[in-house]
Order: sequence, then structure tokens, then C-alpha cells
Amino acid sequence: MELLVAIAIGTLTAVGIYMTLRLRTFPVILGLTFLSYAVNLFLFVSGRLTLNAAPIIGTPEPYADPLPQALVLTAIVISFGMTAVIMIMAIGGYLSAGHDRIDLDAAEDGDAK
Amino acid sequence: MSLALIAALPFLGALLPGLMIRAGRTACATATGAVTALALFLLALQAPAVLRGEVVQTRIDWLPALGLNATFFLDGLGLLFAGLILGIGLLIILYARFYLSKSDPMGQFYTYLLLFQGAMVGIVLSDNILLLLIFWELTSLSSFLLIGYWKHLPEGRQGARMALAVTGGGGLAMIAGMLILGNIVGSYDLTVILENKDLIQASDWYLPALILILLGAFTKSAQFPFHFWLPHAMAAPTPVSAYLHSATMVKAGLFLMARMWPVLAGTPEWFWIVSTAGLVTMVMAAKIAFFKDDLKALLAFSTVSHLGLITMLLGFGTKAAATVAVFHIINHATFKAALFMSAGIVDHEAHTRDLRRLGGLRTLMPITFGIVVLASLSMAGIPPLNGFLSKELMLEEAAHTTWITPWAMGLLATIGAMFSVAYSFRFLAHGFLGPVRDDYPHKPHDPGFGLWAAPGLLAALVVIIGLVPMATAAWLVDVAASAVTGEAVHVHISHWHGLYAPALWMSLAAIGGGLVMLGAYPRLRAMWDATPRPEAKRIFDGIVEPLAALSRSVTEGLHNGGFARSLVLAVLAIAGAAYWAFDGGSHLAGSRPTLPVTPVTAIVWAVMVIAALVTPFLHRNRLVALILTGVVGLLIAPLFMLFSAPDLALTQLSVEVVTILLMLLALHFLPKETPVESTVPRRLRDAGIAGIAGIGIGGLAYAMMTRGPAFDPISHFHLAQSKPGAGGTNAVNTIIVDFRGYDTFGEIIVLGIAALVIFALSRTLLHDATVNRRLAAQPRQAESGDRHPMMLVVSTRLLLPMAMMVGVYIYLRGHNLPGGGFVAGLVFAIAYLMQYMASGYDWSHARQRYDHHALIGWGVLIASLAGIGPWFLGLPFLTSGYEYVHLWPLEEFEVATAAIFDLGVFLCVLGAILLALASLSRLALRTGEGANTRAYDIEEGT
Repeated sequence: MELLVAIAIGTLTAVGIYMTLRLRTFPVILGLTFLSYAVNLFLFVSGRLTLNAAPIIGTPEPYADPLPQALVLTAIVISFGMTAVIMIMAIGGYLSAGHDRIDLDAAEDGDAK
Repeated sequence: MSLALIAALPFLGALLPGLMIRAGRTACATATGAVTALALFLLALQAPAVLRGEVVQTRIDWLPALGLNATFFLDGLGLLFAGLILGIGLLIILYARFYLSKSDPMGQFYTYLLLFQGAMVGIVLSDNILLLLIFWELTSLSSFLLIGYWKHLPEGRQGARMALAVTGGGGLAMIAGMLILGNIVGSYDLTVILENKDLIQASDWYLPALILILLGAFTKSAQFPFHFWLPHAMAAPTPVSAYLHSATMVKAGLFLMARMWPVLAGTPEWFWIVSTAGLVTMVMAAKIAFFKDDLKALLAFSTVSHLGLITMLLGFGTKAAATVAVFHIINHATFKAALFMSAGIVDHEAHTRDLRRLGGLRTLMPITFGIVVLASLSMAGIPPLNGFLSKELMLEEAAHTTWITPWAMGLLATIGAMFSVAYSFRFLAHGFLGPVRDDYPHKPHDPGFGLWAAPGLLAALVVIIGLVPMATAAWLVDVAASAVTGEAVHVHISHWHGLYAPALWMSLAAIGGGLVMLGAYPRLRAMWDATPRPEAKRIFDGIVEPLAALSRSVTEGLHNGGFARSLVLAVLAIAGAAYWAFDGGSHLAGSRPTLPVTPVTAIVWAVMVIAALVTPFLHRNRLVALILTGVVGLLIAPLFMLFSAPDLALTQLSVEVVTILLMLLALHFLPKETPVESTVPRRLRDAGIAGIAGIGIGGLAYAMMTRGPAFDPISHFHLAQSKPGAGGTNAVNTIIVDFRGYDTFGEIIVLGIAALVIFALSRTLLHDATVNRRLAAQPRQAESGDRHPMMLVVSTRLLLPMAMMVGVYIYLRGHNLPGGGFVAGLVFAIAYLMQYMASGYDWSHARQRYDHHALIGWGVLIASLAGIGPWFLGLPFLTSGYEYVHLWPLEEFEVATAAIFDLGVFLCVLGAILLALASLSRLALRTGEGANTRAYDIEEGT
């Protein structure tokens, strides 16, 4: 099972990075979403994989490590916030510039200085 | 505590002017003045103890192990400087109120002024040298803002930049010097350092430390060859010049030399470096000042010259000379501030500061004339004014000092004094005497009381200190000089030192020579204009411009605006570093037993991985890409569930729904297809890079999962304490709301801010004409016949109360079973979003009773209250408590304060999600989509 999860994390990372290397905003944001999945899973498995061991006191032991779970829980919610912010930035960029390319053109580069 | 408060007051007060300016300019100035006056009052409360010879100390330990403590101390020197900074600051605040015109942003000015004042007070009160360095850099930064206050003037911006570059650069050198000093002594406390003279002077590192510290002091106090920035800083408004260059900024360097005097002075190195720099600065700047036509430029070079004089006295390294230096600091502050303010008055009234266009102001501006006469004669060193007293003492010290030859110092000091007399008289004669002219740019007359009150008071001080120095200034000189020299000083100041005192004859020679120079001004001026001189600004620009060009080419070489390029470099660098680490370690497989694969897991895994892998191939159709992303995200939830993380599964599931909704909404505005732009080799390259990263991360994850933790996890504590400590059986929830409550508190605030950013950005977009035009021109999507199908409308409405009940249930059980505020907030949000989808934005919005912003605000507020509550019981922030309550007919249940905190989390999450999506929806309304006011599109009766 560990091998499967590791392959899943690797796949999500690779897809995420490939998508973030695209030239338009929307695929880049999707790529970041994939990367968030990978990172959250990675953080989660740092508590190691356990079956039937939800960290609810009173249920039969052993318990899974609750700390990575707590960290990942807030990370999931924050990822949403981040995605939402870059999404509105992408929309703003598209609506003001008229295109959704992510690289600065030479002309725009001059403006940005 | 009180010393820290004196230093903190101006910083805290800096918030006031921005608020008070709404109540008018006078209110703003009054508030600013009140802050300074309060700090001055607190300082005065400490004065009696200092005058008795005590040293007042305040200590706030921060990181004692690293020597980082907020320690303050107040001795005679600190009292003198803090008094000058706050006292003259008060006068400047009054003066600036009437000086600044209506178009100047006064709130900004006073804020900068208070920031600067706080930094200065911090320097003179700091006991820890690291703290002192921080305040030192703060003066450079805040003076930058003040000097560049008139942003529209290029001279102001250039002057501010130059001042920052020179003083900031010197400050960096000083940091190094101070660190060496702290290292020699083994303590960063000034009070400790000052007691270790022998240790420091015997060290091999004494000379490097001395040179580095002096670089800081000389740049700040504009000593040769760093004097050039000060005249350029005159582009600032006059109140700034008067403050920075009479009592504060430039005196910081002097303060530092005086402060370090007990441990650094007394060696030949100190004598030669400091007294030579001071002497050269004094003579050279005084000569230049004589030929300046701009009143402020003349005063600027005069200031440089007087700073040189004081530096020179400190450089002598004798107790008597240091005492004179302290006395001259007081006198210079009084007459120079008065003169700067008078120059400002002339500029304000006559609309010029050019001596060639002035003259005859004596009869037109009698009050200003009176002030200028007193102050400039004091600057020239004419008895009985205070400038005379300290200049006489200086000449006496110079006459008895051997520098190269026994007489050279005395001679050069006399020449410096002569130039000083000459420019002072020129200021007076060419500005105020002579016939009244009829070609002033503006007919000058005396200003109102508000403008001349401050310089008038200072001019009165010039006379009073001059007439009765023993009663008015000697006590302050005594206590400050004692602090500088570390020995008890009892100064005797008098006007007459006898016929045999060399100073008398030197003074007379200086005054006579100065009068001759004034008489010969036209001829001297012609000679001066004919001699070529190096232009400091051109040299400075010549050094700075190539440096700027170099840094620009490096920056642009590294970052050319290509996002993917930077990202490729970053990924490759990280992968390379990781490979390097991997290559050096062992590559054995881990020995931790692995879990068997179950069929259900294998299916979930296979679907997820396939969905992820096809995304890069299908991503050009954005809707398909989004759906595939959603599939992957949703399938992560069962993985969490399987591996004993029910809380994560719930959260992932609900966040995924919200995220996909958000992206669908966003896709509404963006192109629906991604065009083919990159070449096949480029795509292969990207795939290769992505593959390397994926294999690396996957391998790392595998290596980690097949090994036990390197260190024992701290989670045993959380599991063991979850019930007894936090009163909940869900260890994940107790960590979130209790053990790591502070983190969560920060996170909900971040989430709230993110939502507000989205709201603000969408609002900005809504007000942009181009954006509105593009929105209106968006191609219309093929619409379904019924935008709000009745089935959906009815079912979502039925579902709403049920969904809410589920949310409440999840919230309540969260402390003991999977659930909690985060998930409950998400469930509520989804329930509302369904209403928006089914019945339309307008219909739903009209029925919304609670503002989204308010939800976020209330969430943070309630969470804060849950945090602050324990304070009243004497417990730390966010301590939680719980109690079991039996309330008929319910079963016994538990009430925990953590639940209040979780309520805050719930409200904040709900508000943030709704606000983010509502902001996008408002944009959507501009695309020309018809707004609906009813729940259904079907017209009744048709």
C-alpha cells in the first residue's frame, strides 16, 4: 500500500509541475491545485499509514498520529483561500490585459519596471 | 518601564496624525505635540534622579541567550540628547503647523516626524547596542521619508536617496564595528561595554572596530569626506531641515562618539582620525558656507562646520575638550534651529532664499530680524551670546593641543572661526541690512505669532544662556560631560578669561578677519567662482549609477518576466540539491512493515492516478481539465478515510466541492480553451522536469513511509492529554482548537484576509472601464431553456434547513468525534451556495440577512474573545476550560470554551467562502446576464 500511495504522490507532483509550466493562467492554477494535493498527502503520510486507527480517544488503540492530520486540515482550507485569491488575480489580469498569458512580454516588461 | 515608554510613545503616537488630520490641521498638530509633550514630561520625571548622578535603567528580556534584550538607560548624556530631541521637536511641531501649506499632506508629515523622533529617542536611550543599531537604521529610513517629503521635487527625491545611501551605508559599517566591540567584551550591553576600556583598547580588533564605528558616526554627522549629503538634504521642507540638522539626525553621530568616548578615546588612533576629520570638516565647510547664496545651503555648510568643531573637540580625548563639546552641542542646537526656522520664514514670506535677491529685510521684518541678529551673532561667536562662550573655550582647547606642530591646530581653528564669523555676518548683512528693494518675488512682512514663536523662544535662550551660563546651562553640561567622560565634571563658564588667554586674541583675530572678508566679498567671490571645484553630487552619481546598472542587469538576467523559466530553474535547483543529499546517504529500503493492498483501495488509487495522468493530455479543454482535477480531489477524500483520518476526509470532500464551484465560476470569465503555444520539444522538456520532480517526491515519500520516525513524535502528548487537558476525545480537533489554537487563530485570520482581498480586487475590477467593456463583450454561452429549474429550486430549499442541521450537528460533535468548526463552516457554505445556484444571485442575495464581511469579523472577534477570556482569570491567551452540564431532558453534556473558539472558526470560514464566491458572482452580473428577481424563470400566467 505504501508503494501505491508514494506513486500517487509522485504522479500528482509531476502533473502539478507540468501544468504550472504551461503558458496560460488557468492551467497554472490547476497545476497549483495538483501540487496542493500532493503536498497535503505528503504531509499527511509523514504520520505513516495506519488502518482503522482514527485518533478518537475511547476507540480501541492504536491511534494514528493526530498532529499531521491537524496540520493538513488547516492546510486544506488555506489552499482553498490561496486558490481563490490567485483565481481572482487571473481573472483581473485577463480582463485588464485582454489575454491570459502568464509571461511578461517585452513591452509589458518595460512597464513593470 | 518608563524609559521604554518614552522611546515607544512617538512610535505609538505616529498613528494619531493620520486620524486627527480629519479633525483639521490644528487638531492634528495638537495631537502630535501632545505625544511629544507627554514623552518630554515622562523624561522630566526621571531628570531629578539623573541630576543626582544616578543611572536610570529599564530592562525587558527578550532573547537573553542571544544577548537580545530591550534594555534602556538614562544618564546625563542621554538626558541632554533626549531633552534636545523632544524639546526642539515640540517647537518644530508648532512651527510646521504654520509653515506647511494647505496642499501639503500634514498628517503624513507629522507621522514621519514622530517616527523619526522615536528612532532618535531610541538611539539615545538604548542600553543594548543591537537595539541602538536598530534605532540607528530607523533614523536613516525615517529621515529618508522626511527629506523626500515633497515627492514632486526631483531634488527632494535625489537628496533623500543620497542621504539614505550615505548614512545607511555608514550604518552598515557601524553594525560590523559594534558586533566586533560586543564580541571583544562578551556583552552587548552598553553599560558593560563602557566599563571595559582596557580590554577593548588592548584588543587586536580595536582599530577595525574603531574605524567601522567612526564610519557610521562620520557619515551620520556629515564629516569630511562624507559631508556632501547634508546640503543636498536641504531640499526638505524647512521644519525638517531645522529638526534634522540642528538637534537630531546629524547629532546622532556626535552622540555616538560621545557615548563611546570612555572606551574608544584617548588613543593616538582616535586622536588622529577624529580630530583631523573634525578640523578639516570645520575649516573646509565654513569656507564653502561663506560663498553660498541660498540661505539654507549656507546654514547647511555652517552646520557641517560646527559638527566638525564638535567632532574635533571629542577627538582631542581630554576631559576639558569633551566638556566643551557637550556645551557647544547645546548652543549649536539653539542658535542653528532658530536660524533654520528664520530662513524658512524668509522663504515663506519673500518666496526666495537667495541672498542675491534679498537685503533690506530689517525694516520689513523687524521681528524676524531681531531673532536673526541674536542667533547669527551667536553663531559668529560674538559676546555675550552663548555661541561665544563655547567657541572661546574651543579656541582655548585648540591652542593647547599639539597637532603636527604645537601651533598648527590653534592657527587652523582660528581660520575656521574667521570663516564662521564671515558667513554669519554675510547671512545678516546681505539678507537683512542694506536698502529695501522693490524687486522681491513677494512683498515680505513679519509672519504671524505661530511661525515666529519657536525661533523667538530659541533666540531668547541664546541670550539667557549667554548672559548667565552658570545658572542655566552649567548643570546640564556637568551631568552630561560627567556621563561622557566617566568622571565628575564641574565646569566653570565665564566670559572673561584674562588678557593672557590665547583664546581672546584668537577670537579678536577671527572677528577682525571675518569683517575684512565680508568687506572683500565681491573680490573673493570672483576668485571662488574662477577656481574649479569637484562636484560631490557628480562623483556620487558616478559611483552609484554603474552600481545600479550592474544590479539591474543581474536582476533582469535572472528574472526576465518568464514565469516558467524561473520555475524550471527553481525545480532543477531543488532537485539537484536533493540528489546531492541522496547521493551522500544510504539507499537501503526501509524496514517498516507495509500494509497489504485491498481491492477497493486499488480501484480508488487507479482511478485517481489515471485521472491525474490524462489531465496534461486533455487540459486544453479547460472544462474537462477542471472536471479531472475535481475527480482527483474528491478521490483523495476516501484515501484519507481509509488511512484513519475521518476529519481530513470530511474537510477534503467539502473543500473540493467549494473549490470546483469557484473554478467553474471563474471559468465563466476566462477563455474556455487553452491554445497550443509551446513546441513539442518544450513539452517534452517540461514533462522530463516534471517527471524528475515526481520521481524524487514519490521516492522520498516511499522512503519515509517505510521507515519509523527518526525522532519520537510529540503526538503521544496530544493523545494522552486530549481528554484530560482539552476535554475532547477527537485528538485532531483538540489540537486545532486547543493545543495549537494560536496557529488556527492565525489561519482563520489569513483566510478572512484572503476573502477580503478577493472582494477588494473584484471591486476594483468593477470600477475599471476597460474591464467593464470586456465583461460586457464576453461571448454569451448557449443557455439552457430554464436557468433555474423548478426541481432544483424546490429541492435545494427543502435541503437548506436539513443541511444546516447537519452543519450544526457536525459543529457540536466536533470536539469528540470527527467534525468541528472548519467542516461545519464548509457544509453551511455549500448549503448557501446551492441556493445561489438554484435561485440565482439576486434572489438569494436579497434574502441574505447577514453581511459576509460581518461574518468574518464576528468569527475573528469571537475567536479573539475566547482567547482573551482566560486573561481575566490570570491564565495565558487561549487557555481552554470545560465543564459537564446536566440539563433536563438532555443527557449530560460537556461545555468547553474551546467550542466558543470553534464557533469563531466556523463563522470565519463560512463568511470567507461566501464572500469569495459572491465577489465573483457580482462580476458575472456585468457580463450582461439578466438579473432575476424571482426564483423561477417561468412567467406566471403564460
